[in-house]
Amino acid sequence: MARGHHDIGGLPGGGPIDQAEHQLSDWEILADAVNQALGAKGIKRTDEMRRAREEMDSAAYRDMTYYERWIASIEAILIEKKILTEDEINRKLAQFESKWGEP
Amino acid sequence: MTAAVDKFKPGDRVKIKFEDRPGHIRTPWYIRGKTGWVERVYGEFLNPESLAFGHDGLPKKTLYLIAFNQSDVWGESATKQDKVLVDIYEHWLEPVA
Repeated sequence: MARGHHDIGGLPGGGPIDQAEHQLSDWEILADAVNQALGAKGIKRTDEMRRAREEMDSAAYRDMTYYERWIASIEAILIEKKILTEDEINRKLAQFESKWGEP
Repeated sequence: MTAAVDKFKPGDRVKIKFEDRPGHIRTPWYIRGKTGWVERVYGEFLNPESLAFGHDGLPKKTLYLIAFNQSDVWGESATKQDKVLVDIYEHWLEPVA
C-alpha cells in the first residue's frame, strides 16, 4: 500500500507553498456550486469525494489542478451511484464541444 | 454520549498506530507511529472511514486534537518551541505508559 498520492505531508522536495490568492475561472466557481448543490441534496458526502480522489490513477491525479480533481471525483461518484452514466456524460460533453469547440 | 466514555483525556500520552491498509484514512502518513499527547477532546463524530464508502458512519468515533513535539515528528533539526497539531480519531490511538 504505502502512502496515497494525496498524502504528501512531510515529503521532501515539495518547495515553498504559493500563498497568493488565486483568481478563479468561471468553471471553477461552477464546480464549487455543483459540488455544494449535490451535498445540500444529500447525494454525496465530502468523505466520498475525498475517497474518489484517492482512488484515481496516480499519474492522472498529479496532472490535474485542484478543481479538475473536484470535477473528476464528482463524475466518479455520480457514476458509482448510478445517477449518471459515463455515456450520458460523454454525449453531453460532445454537444458542448460541437457548440463551443474543443476546450 | 458523554466524555465519560472517551478513552483518553487531555494530557494523556498516546501513540498513533502504524497501520497501512486501504480505504479512506484521515490519519496522515507522516504522523503514524509517532508519540504525542491529547491536547483536546472534540467529541464524537460519524466515522469518515465509513462515510467515504456511502455507509452510515456508525458507530461514531471520538475525535481528539493530538499534539506532538516537532522534533518527535521531523527529527532533531526541527524547531524546539513548536508543536505539530493533528486531529486523530480514537481508534488510531494507543495508550503510552
